[in-house]
Amino acid sequence: MALMDVLTYIGLVVFLGFVFTALVGLASSWIDRKVSARLQWRVGPPWYQPIADIVKLMSKEVTVVEGSSRFTCLSAPFIGFAAVVVVSTIIWMASIRPQSGFVGDIIVILYLLYIPSLAMIVGGSASRNPFAALGASREMKLMLAYEASFLVAVFTLVLNNGGIVSLGGMVAYQQANGPMVTHSLSSVIALVVALTYLPAKLGIGPFDIPEADCELIAGTYTEYSGSPLAAFKLTKAMLLCMLPVLLVTLFFTSAWTPWAILWYVLILVVLILIRNTNPRLRIDQALRFFWGPVLVLSLVGIVLAALGL
Amino acid sequence: MEIDGRQLSRLSRWGLKKSPWAFHLNTGSCNNCDIEVLDVLTPKYDVERFGITLIGSPRHADILIVTGVVTVQTLPRVLHVYEQVAKPCLVVAMGACGCTGGIFDGSYHVVGPLDKVIPVDVYIPGCPPKPEAIIDGVVKALAKI
Repeated sequence: MALMDVLTYIGLVVFLGFVFTALVGLASSWIDRKVSARLQWRVGPPWYQPIADIVKLMSKEVTVVEGSSRFTCLSAPFIGFAAVVVVSTIIWMASIRPQSGFVGDIIVILYLLYIPSLAMIVGGSASRNPFAALGASREMKLMLAYEASFLVAVFTLVLNNGGIVSLGGMVAYQQANGPMVTHSLSSVIALVVALTYLPAKLGIGPFDIPEADCELIAGTYTEYSGSPLAAFKLTKAMLLCMLPVLLVTLFFTSAWTPWAILWYVLILVVLILIRNTNPRLRIDQALRFFWGPVLVLSLVGIVLAALGL
Repeated sequence: MEIDGRQLSRLSRWGLKKSPWAFHLNTGSCNNCDIEVLDVLTPKYDVERFGITLIGSPRHADILIVTGVVTVQTLPRVLHVYEQVAKPCLVVAMGACGCTGGIFDGSYHVVGPLDKVIPVDVYIPGCPPKPEAIIDGVVKALAKI
């Protein structure tokens, strides 16, 4: 019995957390490149392009810079990747079977979502390259900027559904009372704040500051090649899938109906449109943006939620 | 095409053919070839259709596009960048200078055409080569995989 349970969990992590999420994530990153290309009046890459990129990177030589910390450099991308696999398993399970969640899993998710960014910082710093170091320092500042307002937005939701601090509980609450976003004004404010968090966490749109390709070569990825780089790219693709899924689960729906898939694609396309129509911000502008208007908005949201609006 | 002395598998060769990332290195050209490289990324030619993108770090490169004759100043940099590129990679000599030395052949500051310094897979002649010629050259390079 116990062995069967363990095998079931391993199967869930491998197939739901890794294979399924990776495939949806790679498809999403193809949508990203294709829509961007169409917006620039180009044709864009074929549908298998992200898969070809990963296959190619897996077969390339792995280079390690002389004098860099070999173990830290090579393990960082895989630690970030493992964290995303765990996050996606928790989110999918909570949205498919709400009763399988545990109390506080939303907090676990928030903490696990730090790890891919931390892996970028550690890997970049360890790879002994000035551009990577600059990218790592920018990523660190960006993390300090966007996390606070998103935490406030999540706790606005917790207040709105009567103190349920678990993703499964939030899904069950929405099954009983309708989508969270129609619940109150403060939920709408929380959604807006969460939409500013997404591009910053994904490092796209106006917030691609850490890997600014025209100033920093490739930011923290500069010295990576081969399979560690593939792990970084795959982590990014899986986050591109999981963060919109988290948003859909928190705000729009409880069950994966065609409507939910439509909401997912809509959030993705909004992200791509923001990314293609806004130039990159400087790091100080990004900090001012998140600690100014966005934090004030999220605080207004939580005060409204406390007042029951 | 080999890596560490062993043959690449069919899957790896498919990946390399479908997703060649190009790094472009100016070794002392007049900047004309460099502008023509950017041409093939524009809506008219759009080589992203074939998975080709221009990337900033030589570590990520599969194709090294070298423009210009190798000068005394750039020689150590060319060797350095060639060693930095993760193998397997293809080297493309672009423009009259990169192929033969062009009008700079025999000058006091010139080491020689690119193939005197590093192994070259494909030559794209022209001053500068037309975008069509660049695409043709890259296709010929990919056919070598």
